[in-house]
Amino acid sequence: MSSDSTPVPAPAAPPVPHAPRPKSTGLHKGEAVPGVAKVDPIIIADGVRRTFGGLTAVDVDHVEIPRNAITALIGPNGAGKTTLFNLLTGFDKPDAGSWSFDGKSLSGVPAYKVARMGQVRTFQLTKALGLLTVLENMKLGAKGQSGEHFFQGLIPGIWRKQEKSIEAKAHDLLRKFKLDAKQADFAASLSGGQRKLLEMARALMSDPVLVMLDEPMAGVNPALTQSLLDHILDLKDEGMTVLFVEHDMHMVRHIADWVIVMAEGKVVAEGPPLEVMQNPAVIDAYLGAHQEIDLGEITGRYHAEEKN
Amino acid sequence: MDWGQILSNSASFIIAPATIAYALAAVGLSVQFGYAGLLNMGIAGFMALGAYGYAISSITFGLPWYLCIVVAIAASVVYALILGIPTLRLRGDYLAIVTIAGAEVLRLLFLTSSFDQYTGSADGLTGYQGSFRDSNPFPRGSYGFGPWTMNENQAWVTVIGLVLLAIAVTIVFLLMRSPWGRVLKGIREDEDAVRALGKNVFAFKMQALVLGGIFGALGGVIYALPSSVNPGSYVTSLTFFVYTALLLGGAATIFGPVLGSVVFWVLQTFLGNVLPALAGIGILPVSSSQASTLRFILVGVALMLIVIFRPQGILGNKKELTFVK
Repeated sequence: MSSDSTPVPAPAAPPVPHAPRPKSTGLHKGEAVPGVAKVDPIIIADGVRRTFGGLTAVDVDHVEIPRNAITALIGPNGAGKTTLFNLLTGFDKPDAGSWSFDGKSLSGVPAYKVARMGQVRTFQLTKALGLLTVLENMKLGAKGQSGEHFFQGLIPGIWRKQEKSIEAKAHDLLRKFKLDAKQADFAASLSGGQRKLLEMARALMSDPVLVMLDEPMAGVNPALTQSLLDHILDLKDEGMTVLFVEHDMHMVRHIADWVIVMAEGKVVAEGPPLEVMQNPAVIDAYLGAHQEIDLGEITGRYHAEEKN
Repeated sequence: MDWGQILSNSASFIIAPATIAYALAAVGLSVQFGYAGLLNMGIAGFMALGAYGYAISSITFGLPWYLCIVVAIAASVVYALILGIPTLRLRGDYLAIVTIAGAEVLRLLFLTSSFDQYTGSADGLTGYQGSFRDSNPFPRGSYGFGPWTMNENQAWVTVIGLVLLAIAVTIVFLLMRSPWGRVLKGIREDEDAVRALGKNVFAFKMQALVLGGIFGALGGVIYALPSSVNPGSYVTSLTFFVYTALLLGGAATIFGPVLGSVVFWVLQTFLGNVLPALAGIGILPVSSSQASTLRFILVGVALMLIVIFRPQGILGNKKELTFVK
């Protein structure tokens, strides 16, 4: 519960490129039940509840997000994952509950202040700023720009130097995300997958502590998926914490250190990915009994025996 | 038909005070609508505040002309804050509803006889130019040439108007190439995305509303300075005329609002002269007063055609058109 900023010493990753990077283990204290305490939590939420009329979208008793690890939030459609995201980032206000980030209470803190504290998010429906160029999108992400104050903005001399360093940083990130050739284009001209990349790169411009990604893989082609996965793993290596919502179970298994399963607004299970996916409650509520079976066999349009 | 007279009348509006007033208001609207995406449908209200703020502080309080301008600006700032605090947190359409209503409320307040001693109610206000004309450095005489010949008072209004317009355009130019302008354009595209990046969206929108409102009020001052203030001038159609000028030139451009205002007024005057003349010689089958009303119909048609066929305006970026949502 301390706001101590030293990350949990993760097992040293071998500096060999393309080698599978080991997962962080030993994140929790005691048995991995819903709401289990973490060794070094970055987010602690207590009794967070949000109702829309008669529908209780989120009703989380207690949940902790481990620091410097990749946590996946999974669950069926309508489980309240995105609503929880909105609540944690200040985009929505809960009816009850308290939650803290890095030891500081976030109750009632507006979204922009949450972002300034180092907790940035992306959106399920990508929000690229269409009529700004890719480079402008990136530069917008930087924090503490003196030129964003009305009167200082009037005098270029005040912000020009900072603008140069922001631009250099934006170039670096764009190169990393393979968007550097597009930097002068309007963001509206990017494909859906490129917009996802841009949104993630833009979020990184603010040097976040916690990156929250809402379905980063939705609509991204397989080749790009691989590079996105690498980027997310890089974030952890750079000391950031990642929390993401995703339906792609391969991705969850591949990169998540910890999985939290939500259903009907509640946390129903959590634990390391492989264990959680064996949990009968999770299989019932979300994965379904046939997750390892080809879709063709379930629908009866294709039989494994036909394959030579 | 006296073509020479018609063309001269039309050309005179290239730098007439009314044109400068529209240009100032349109620059303000470009900040609000073009760059920040705030659908202010009540720019006429800001202009009314500018005009009445100037006239009342001159007549009732006897302030010198420059302090009258300060009062006009202060009134528009207060008005922008009152409008913005409840509505800027809501979705954009609400601002349009509130601003259109706010402008009407202001107009009716200026029109009602309850405040006749300050506002002159339906008669409006006249005779507030004393201090301004006393400060005129131009000696009595005639200035300019051809269609742009004016007396010393008109010349002084034009000069002050052009100075204010130059200041407004410079401020917008400097701001829109700064990080401040970048945030504003980001808000226009998607304010939640900008909020997620740690920007105080409400504060930026408020600053844009206030800045645009100040320019609108200055436009109102220049609109009123040559002659009189009349509550009938600040009706909703004034807002639509300023929008026409803005969209004509290009909503998200620096010089678009200025160019748009010039084109708007020159065309307005041209049609206002040509149509009655055509009716007079029997080409148009309407009376001459009907013919001069016809130009307002044409303004409406023009506004529709611009929005449909050239939404980016004369100076707008063609590339942006591809992505109009």
